[in-house]
Amino acid sequence: MANSADFTVEDLPSGQILRLSGTFVIASIGDVDRGLRDISGPVSEIDISGVTHMDTVGAWLVHRTAKEHHAQITGSANDAGRLIDAVRGVDQAEVAAKPPISSLYHFLAEVGGGVVAGITTLLQFLGFVGQVVKAFFSLLISPRRFRWHAVVQHFDMVGVRALGIVGLMSFLIGIVIAQQGAVQLRQFGAEVFTINLIGRLTLRELGILMTAIMVAGRSGSAFAAQIGTMKITEEIDAMRTIGVVPVEALVVPRVIAAVVMMPLLGIFASLMSIIGGGLLCWIVLDIPPATFVQRLREVTPITDFWVGMVKAPVFGAIIAMAGCFQGMQVKGNAEQVGLRTTAAVVQAIFLVIVLDAFFAVFFSEIGWD
Amino acid sequence: MNPPNIISVTGLCNSFGDQVIHQDLDIEVRRGEILGVVGGSGTGKSVLMRSIIGLQKPDSGEIRVFDEGMIGKEEDQATDVRRRWGVLFQGGALFSTLTVAENVQVPLREFYPNFSTELLDEIARYKIFLSGLPPEAAHKYPSELSGGMRKRAGVARALAMDPELLFLDEPTSGLDPIGAAKFDSLTRDLKETLGLTVFLITHDLDTLYSICDRVAVLADRKVIAIGAIEELLAIDHPWINEYFSGPRGRAARRGHSAQSDTPRAKTQQLGRS
Repeated sequence: MANSADFTVEDLPSGQILRLSGTFVIASIGDVDRGLRDISGPVSEIDISGVTHMDTVGAWLVHRTAKEHHAQITGSANDAGRLIDAVRGVDQAEVAAKPPISSLYHFLAEVGGGVVAGITTLLQFLGFVGQVVKAFFSLLISPRRFRWHAVVQHFDMVGVRALGIVGLMSFLIGIVIAQQGAVQLRQFGAEVFTINLIGRLTLRELGILMTAIMVAGRSGSAFAAQIGTMKITEEIDAMRTIGVVPVEALVVPRVIAAVVMMPLLGIFASLMSIIGGGLLCWIVLDIPPATFVQRLREVTPITDFWVGMVKAPVFGAIIAMAGCFQGMQVKGNAEQVGLRTTAAVVQAIFLVIVLDAFFAVFFSEIGWD
Repeated sequence: MNPPNIISVTGLCNSFGDQVIHQDLDIEVRRGEILGVVGGSGTGKSVLMRSIIGLQKPDSGEIRVFDEGMIGKEEDQATDVRRRWGVLFQGGALFSTLTVAENVQVPLREFYPNFSTELLDEIARYKIFLSGLPPEAAHKYPSELSGGMRKRAGVARALAMDPELLFLDEPTSGLDPIGAAKFDSLTRDLKETLGLTVFLITHDLDTLYSICDRVAVLADRKVIAIGAIEELLAIDHPWINEYFSGPRGRAARRGHSAQSDTPRAKTQQLGRS
């Protein structure tokens, strides 16, 4: 149906006459638009009697060209005239264009905005931690308000449902440590120290750290997305008006779940790593499981286990708080949920690794090494 | 060349699990009219609209829009038909990460990548004007707009492609009476200036009385009656009686009884009555 739109220019002593022909509808207008923009010189008249079909885009083009050259529109049929009148009204509603902004100004504004946002986020995060602690203690005082159901549900989500992936990951990491250790230590004829490597590394560091990263990816992100979506759908505002404190109802159960589940998952992860490592020792180094276990007990001090167990709940709290904090920061639109979820995971993993470095120094200072 | 019916649905059946929504539903929309669709909550008004625009695959039945069968159409052929209609969803369904002007430009950019940026900006500007929004709204994000403005922005986007057919899903719900009346006159003006056909789902009796040429009543899983309001009033069906002769219905009728009658279509009464 849509043929092309076209125009011809006719030179008369009184000025140019633009004769439009064809169908001036949205589907055929793309090229003729450029042609009409390029017309120079005075146009006194635009004749649209040759136009067979017109929609508002076509009407706009005619109107714009006429306005630009102060030309008269002639030959318009009823329908076309009505459409041109309809789009003409927009001229009265002109807005002042925004003044252009220089790129230096833009750059400075960006940097300044970033600094301010960073400082306010830090302060807000501290305030948020304070809120969570306060809510926790007020729940201790009146435990009837405590939401056991939510806590148990989050135990399931954070802990039980993570067992599969955490177990598999730790098992494979155990194998990797043992394999790399065996290859390197064999050069000194000290393959048997592979067992030291497995026992100490998994219990002290990797078991907990890798679990924390997995929990941040699985649960920290989920916390941010859940709370962020509730923020957008005004559920959190609804809670406030009903008299439910959102931090008590949403944040405290999640933090408790993460704090309790992280050590348990950490033990499980360490155990799976040791099993993986032991399996590789058995197959590659011919160390039978009984010897492996006995040697493990000789070389791994119990403090290694406690180092892991002290770190795990702290990591859990950091992950849950980062997730919930970012969720609470969502405002406006759906894109924010995605941005905040990403921020929650990045922040949680970053903080976990920074704290891990502090813990490493701390524990060796107090002689647990 | 143009068939009188822009939409014709015959024998439409829809169900969700055991719950049957539509059974042998027939409806026709004529070119150039505003058809109001009413019905109690859960009678499948929105499902009917979603079936026509292809968001819901019906169990059986035939749907023809612009005299083309819509069921079982290939995706790219369906797209050709889709660009000839515009849809306003209940909440506006604006893209929340784009400004109003960018929202209007989305369909244009999708179908006409060769349009210059200036032309796109101009089109967005006058569409926003046509939908009755102030020009400064063009650069606002949907979250910065009020409910009524969001609906107008939704209309601006629905009009982006110069459609022949406009679907409106409860356009006046959640608006104050003044905003609702303005929206009604906007719908009528658009129909008159742009020659649109409008498929309008509503609960608003004032809307029905002031702008609809015909009204279709959904109940008992089908369209039980379709016609001008005066003709529907003559029908003896408990839901219709209650709807139009309840306190709100009577008030709306009083409000509009002074207005002159437009040529009304003949009633077709379908199904049991």
